[in-house]
This record gives sequence, structure tokens and C-alpha cells, in this order.
Amino acid sequence: MTLRPKLLGPGWYRAALSQPLSFLFALGLVAGVRSLYGYDPVLDWTAITTVALLAMPLGFIVGIGCFDYWFRWASGAPTVPEDHSGHGAKTWRDYFKVNTDHKVIGIQYIVTTFFFFIVGGLMAMLIRAELAQPGTQFVDPNTYNGLFSVHASLMIFLFIIPVFAGIANYVIPLMIGAPDMAFPRLNALSFWMLPTAGIMMMASFFVEGGAFATGWTAYAPISTETPIGQQFFTIGVQFAGASSIATALNFLVTIITMRAPGMTFWRMPLLVWANFTTSLLVVIATPFIAGSQFFVLLDRSLGTHFFDPSAGGDVLMYQHVFWFYSHPAVYIMMLPGFGIISEVISTHARKPVFGYRMMAFSLVAIVILGFTVWAHHMFVSGMADWLRVPMMITTMLIAVPTGIKIFSWLATLWRGVIHLTTPMLFALGFITMFTLGGISGIMLAIIPVVIHVSDTYFVVAHIHYVLFGGSVFTIFAGLYHWFPKITGRMYDERLGKAHFWLSFVFFNLTFGPMHLVGIDGMPRRVADYAENFATLNAIISISSFLFGLSFLIFLYNMITSWRYGPKASGNPWRAHSIEWQVSSPPPIFNFDEIPTVVGGPYEYGVPGAVHAVFGDKKAPTRAAPAGGGGAPPPTNTD
Amino acid sequence: MRFLRRGHPLLKMAIFSLVAMVIGTVVSLWIDWFPVQASTAADDIDTLYDVLLIASVPVFVLVMAVAIYSVTAFKAKPGDMSDGAPIHGNTRLEVIWVTIPFIMVSAAAIYGWIVLDDIEAKQPNTMIVDVRGQQFAWDFTYPDEGKVKSNQLYLPVNRPVEFRVTTDDVLHDFWVPEFRLKTDAVPGLTTKFRATPSKTGTYNVVCAELCGIGHSTMRNTVRVLPEKDFDAWLAKQQGSEADGGAAAAGGDMTAAGRDLFTGDGGCTACHTLADAESVGALGPALDELAADAEKYGKQEGQSPEEYVKTAIVDPNAFLVPNFSEGVMPENFKETLSAEEIDTLVKYLLTVGGGDKG
Repeated sequence: MTLRPKLLGPGWYRAALSQPLSFLFALGLVAGVRSLYGYDPVLDWTAITTVALLAMPLGFIVGIGCFDYWFRWASGAPTVPEDHSGHGAKTWRDYFKVNTDHKVIGIQYIVTTFFFFIVGGLMAMLIRAELAQPGTQFVDPNTYNGLFSVHASLMIFLFIIPVFAGIANYVIPLMIGAPDMAFPRLNALSFWMLPTAGIMMMASFFVEGGAFATGWTAYAPISTETPIGQQFFTIGVQFAGASSIATALNFLVTIITMRAPGMTFWRMPLLVWANFTTSLLVVIATPFIAGSQFFVLLDRSLGTHFFDPSAGGDVLMYQHVFWFYSHPAVYIMMLPGFGIISEVISTHARKPVFGYRMMAFSLVAIVILGFTVWAHHMFVSGMADWLRVPMMITTMLIAVPTGIKIFSWLATLWRGVIHLTTPMLFALGFITMFTLGGISGIMLAIIPVVIHVSDTYFVVAHIHYVLFGGSVFTIFAGLYHWFPKITGRMYDERLGKAHFWLSFVFFNLTFGPMHLVGIDGMPRRVADYAENFATLNAIISISSFLFGLSFLIFLYNMITSWRYGPKASGNPWRAHSIEWQVSSPPPIFNFDEIPTVVGGPYEYGVPGAVHAVFGDKKAPTRAAPAGGGGAPPPTNTD
Repeated sequence: MRFLRRGHPLLKMAIFSLVAMVIGTVVSLWIDWFPVQASTAADDIDTLYDVLLIASVPVFVLVMAVAIYSVTAFKAKPGDMSDGAPIHGNTRLEVIWVTIPFIMVSAAAIYGWIVLDDIEAKQPNTMIVDVRGQQFAWDFTYPDEGKVKSNQLYLPVNRPVEFRVTTDDVLHDFWVPEFRLKTDAVPGLTTKFRATPSKTGTYNVVCAELCGIGHSTMRNTVRVLPEKDFDAWLAKQQGSEADGGAAAAGGDMTAAGRDLFTGDGGCTACHTLADAESVGALGPALDELAADAEKYGKQEGQSPEEYVKTAIVDPNAFLVPNFSEGVMPENFKETLSAEEIDTLVKYLLTVGGGDKG
């Protein structure tokens, strides 16, 4: 193959070529416009960087081939329906190409997001190293502020939100009996926007003035005044947000239109419900953070005055718009986890989910209430006083649907046959720590308490209890649970349990004491602190390093089991939902025969109950429960 | 303990939960969570927090008890392939666990609202203090007390204060942990809160809203004094603004300068100076200031005195190598009188090696 078709066809060569071209485009556009206006100097590097930050990622996405089909279609050229690489991945190289198979995209998502999880985690280690003692240890204050800002941004926008999209990408079409997502090409585009956003945020460390250092909240007006690194956040969030919105639309259409015959809404597994409600949140809320960052971008680059009070701007407007997304965002980061926990607990305790309809209704209630509580992040912001009490009440009411979920999971455990597998352990750990995070959440809703503890380590503790002890534990539970399905191999159960216990213990030793230092008067986001917090901070730092090390067990387990683990059967957990009724990993187009849904997804213990049947076979009787034992499922045998 | 071994497992669970609740409550109340209480609001807020703890412990213990009991009592035996009981729900139970949390959070919200009204109530005889934040320092003005200005917050004990908080640049947050009260300083707005200091002593002033490179150093103290001492401080402050502190120090200008350097100026947080026993490192060390002022002053075409004065009132006009712009507050020309600045300049050139050659 000569170089020319390589450079013109979709792929990494064209993507690499696109980078200098996009940069030259940015340079030319800025230089051209500035010379027309007669500005001096013509080469303004801040402006060039800003345009390049928009042009280069777009160039990359076009270069790698996300738009080829649409461009051909729009220009009237003959389209190549599977010109990317077809469904499925035959070698590891196929994972580095634009692929429209939801299973490939799911794996691309999960692996990519875990890469950013590791980077963000290493930044957390640096943060804790700096905070191990009072005074300056390793990094100067500017780098420190950059570290916690990039840490939070990567964890939120490049790990928790998209890893759930990755798991759901793999599992949801299988669960609802669909051959793929509704818009496979849009799905691929959503994925390829992510790495660009993540690389952009990481790259901000290498520009003049250092990384963006205003926290993941990027409050104005400091975010409109800090060096160029801030643009890497402002624009990076746009790509992550666009990816998130496109995926959510894809999920909504897929879930609404592509369910297998017989799968009514009340027969959907709760993970499908969770992703449906999450996607609603994403589609409604995410445009608000995009807007808030565009305002910052315009203030910075075009001299608008959205946040400049001396020119009639309003600083508090930023916070209202930002939190109108970012509070629902905590549910975007939690509801899919609720779905995973329902699947895991029901399957590994061999019992129907207790109060299935209430579980679904409580998800919907959280979506609705979630839009009415944003200003509880602003109780000391100087906003309208009267707004505080209504926001306190709505915030506390969210405890009710959340409580329903906790109690229903407990009732699901009750009188089950509990298999303490690694996913089940993570689910139980999740319940423990999410309850603690919920309790500190209630405290953080009560205005007089929050006047004291807002912007302190108490808040840092709370957010890590709900996002790590909560969300990340559900991610681990989900990955262990679906690992056999995704890879076709079993993970090492002993290593899985070691991973759970070490993370559970050191998580609590790391984040538990943060409640204490916070209430005692240590503010968050500080590179240095008063002497009297030294002892607890030393304990926190040491625990955090051990906590970080425990992750290596997970990594080792995943990598070696994926390669060398014992082969998994189609249904190692003897689960009822549809994804377990096909081989592991599933056939290229998921189903050789379209399933027909005949009952609920969690009918464990009900004699003869089956969730779905394949072809025109009758429902198997009690003697042959769906996917019983480790035997190959009856579905693929004919 | 025999009945424990023989009793029904549910009974055991109930007894263990009860014990855990008692231990949990005792431990959570025994922990010394808060800094000292130095305002009237502190007591109300701490009590509210304690009540929330007492209400939370049983909830958490209950969740844990059911989870741990289930895991031990319903654990699958090796090789057990059976399913659990096909229970799909129980309406009465679901109504209960909607109702009880609803009542609990409603009660907590009402209690919180009452405390909020209580701590924000208007008080007679309130003294107003204007608080201004800027990167990375606070200054304070007493508009009703002769417009005295200070970099150091002094308050009389037991007199209600209303803080009116503003900022010159970005967001800050004025927080006194010992008062349990804070509010953001917002560009374009004046935010307020009321407090009544209830105990004399020295407490912390902390910036709680990320404001840039020096955010973690934006710490200061508040001194709560008996009424008499506070009035004396006010008088001294007014005197010092007029004569640069000479009278208060009995004419010893080095002592007057040291007072300013370690006190009102708040210089010690960032600058090292042996005479004042300070070790701050955010700004240049001042022990060799006389030589430096000679050298840099020549570059800038200034006398050493002019150089030092400029460095105080307009710190970004000239930057000592390796130190960045915007770190030193620019408000000293407003919070220190011209006489006080003269005192400081003389003092710094004296103890910074000027007279000792």
C-alpha cells in the first residue's frame, strides 16, 4: 500500500496529517483576521491556541474517519456502509479504529476511561503527597491548584460519566434484545470525542502558566482571568459534553424503539431503566454546562462581559447555570450505578428485586427532584436569601426515593441465597458507603450546618463517599459482573476479593478522617494548611497511598484474566436477563434469533419463570430454566 | 450470654443492633468535632449537628444490621444452586419506608430552618464591619468607629457585629470557623452575615473560596477583646494613623515599626525578617533589604527609601527576580496611613542592614 491512499483513507495516518493542517488553519485564520483589523502583533498566540483547540480535535475526529459516511452521503458519493472496519474486532488493532459495533465501542469506552482514571488517580497521589505535611513538599501552589482541578475534571468528565456509558453501551442492546444501538455511527463519534477531551485537559499542564487551576467548577471571574490553561478546560468540556449528549440521545432512541417483542417498560431490567432516566438527565442538563463554559470562553476570547460586574455582568449567574447542570450531574454519575447494583444483588442473591416498580419510580422521582435542588451548592454564595429554604427542603426530599432504593436492596438480600462473589461484595460495600455519603448529604442540605462546613474537607469527604464509595464501587461491581460476558473468560475470584477488602478498608481510612478535619476548620483546595491538621492529614495521605496500591490488584486481575483466565460459559451467574442467554462473548450481531420477552427479568425462585425465549420455542419448563447451570444456553444450539 | 447463643437469630440481631446504636451514639458524641465556640451561633449549630448525628446513627446501624444479618443467615452453602424466596414486594413495608424517612427529613428541615432564623436574627446595638477581600489578604474598616482601617480584625466581645463583605478582584469567602459562619465575597455584590462573639481570644479568619495561587495562605486571625481593650485599640489605631505609631511606642521608632510589621501590616505571613522573628517565604526575605534597595533602587532610578515605599504601596511596579506578580496585596496604601508607611520604611531599612552597614 502506498502512502497516498493511507493518508487519504480514514485512520491514524490521516488523523496525524490533520493535526499540522488544523494548526496551520488556526494560525492562518487568526493571522488573517488580525491583519485585516490591523492589530499588532498579527500572531497572537492566545488566540491561535484557542482556535487550534477547536480545530485540532475536530481535525482528528474527521481524520480518524468518524464523518466519512456522512460526508460521502452528503456529497452524493456512493456510501460504504461498513467502510470503517465492520462489526466486531478481530485483533487488538481493531479497537484503535472507528468501529460501529456497540460491543467494540463499549470496550473502547471502558479501556479509555480507565486510562484517564489511572492518570487522575496518580494526580490524587501527588495531591496527597503534597498534603502529607504542612508547608510545601513537592509542588508549588499553582501546580497544586492545577493538579486538583485536572484530577476532578478527569474523574468526572472522562471517567465516571463515560465509563457508565461504556458499560451501558456493551450491555444495554443485549439486555433489550437489540442487534446494536439505534445510531451506530453516532455512537462511534461519541466515543472518539472523549479521548480528545481528556488529552486536552492533560495537555494543559504543558502550556504557559500551567494547567487550569480553578477547580472543576471553574467559577467566574477567576476562570476568565487565569492563564491560557483554562481554555483547555473550557473547550475540553465541550467535547466531553457533546459526547455525553450524543450517547444519551442514542440510548433514549435505542431503549424506546428497539426493545425485543414483548419487552414492555415494566419488563425492562432496572439497568435499562437507570440508563433511560440518566439519559433524560444528560439530554436536559448538559447543554447548561456547555453554555456556562461558552460564556467563559466568550468573556476570555471575545471580550464579552457576562461575568464582569463593572460592565453589567453577573458573577452569580455563572454558579446558577453551572449547578443547574452539575447537580443533576451527580445523579448522572449515580443512577447507572443504582441500575448495576439492582442487577448484581438480584442475580447473586437469587431473588427478584424487591419492589421493582417502586425502584423504577424512585429513579424517575430523582430525575424530577434533581432539577430542583441546584442552589444548595450556593448557600453561602450571596444568592437571594429566600431561595435557600425551598432548596433545602427539595434536597432533603431526595433522601426519600434514595432511601427506597437502599431499603429495597436490603429487602432483596433478605431470604435470598447469597453468593458472596466479588461483584456482590462491591455491591454490599456500595450500600455501606453510599448510606454514609447519604447521611453526610443530609447534613450538607441543612443550611446552618452547611454555612460552617461548605468549602471544607467535609465536602471533599462527602463527594468521595458518594462518587468513589458510591459510583466507583458500582463500576467495579459491574465490571466484575459482566467481565465473563465481555471477555469470555472468568476473572480470579481470590484477587477480586483481595481488591475489594483492601479498597474498602483504605477507602474509609482515607476519606473518613476528612470529615473531621473539615468540621474542625480546614478549607478544601488548599496547597498548605495550619499545623493543627497535620496528624490527620498524615494518616489520610498514608492510607491514600495504600488505597491507590490496591487498584493494582484490580488491574493485574483484569489484564491476566482477559488473556489467560478460564473460559466462561454463556451464563456463569445463572442470570435471567437476555444478555446472559447468548454466548460469551456474544455473536457479532448479538442474536442469531430475535428473543421474545415473556416475563419479568428477575423471576428467581418462581417455578418455571423465564424472562425471554428465542425463536418459536415454547418457554422452557422448570426442568430446564433459562441458561441453567454452566451448560451452554439453549439459545445458540440450533 | 447463654441466651444470646441459644436465642433466635433475629433476636440476636436486634440486641447487637441496639448495642451498636448505643456505642455509635456515644462515640459520635464523644468525638470533639468542632473548634471552640466563640460566637452565639456556634452553640446552636453544634447542637443541631449533634441531633443530626443522634438521628443518623440508628439509620446507619439498621442498614448495616440487615445487610450483615442477611449475609450471614442467607449465605449460600457451597454448591447450593437453589433460588431465594420469590418475594416481589410488600406494600405495607414500602409505605413504611417512604413515610418514616419523609417524617425524619421534614423534622430535620424544620429544625434547621428554626436555627437559621435564630442565628440570622437582627440584634440591637450592632456594630458594622466592612470586610474587603483581595488576592490574598483581608482588610477591615469600622465605618461607625471613625472609619478606622486595619489589616487585622479586632472585635469587642458580646457585641453583635454585621460583616459586610466585598471583594476587589475574584471570589473569596470570609470564614471564621470558631464563629461557624461564612459568606462568599462576590464581585459586584455586598454580602452580609451577623455574628455575636461570645468569648475573648484569638481565632482564625480563613478564605474558603478558591481564589488563586495564594488561596491557602489567605489566612488571618480575629482577636476578640473585652469592650475596654477594644476601645483602647480603636484609640491607638486612630493615633497611629496620625503619627505612625510613635506615641504608642514611646518615641522608639524601631519598636513602632516592628509593631506595624508584626501587627497591622500582617507582613510576617509572607516575609522573613530576623528582627521580627518571622519566617514567611511567599515574598522576598527582608534581612538584606538595605543592600537590595540600593541595588534595585539604582536600576529604577529611586533612592532606597523611595524604592521600599513603592514596594509597599505599589508592589507590582517592580518585581524582585523569582517572585511573581499579584501575590502581594495592593491595599497597604489604603489600610496604612502615610505616617505608618514612613515608619515601616525607616524600620525596614534599619533592621534590614541599613544602619549596621
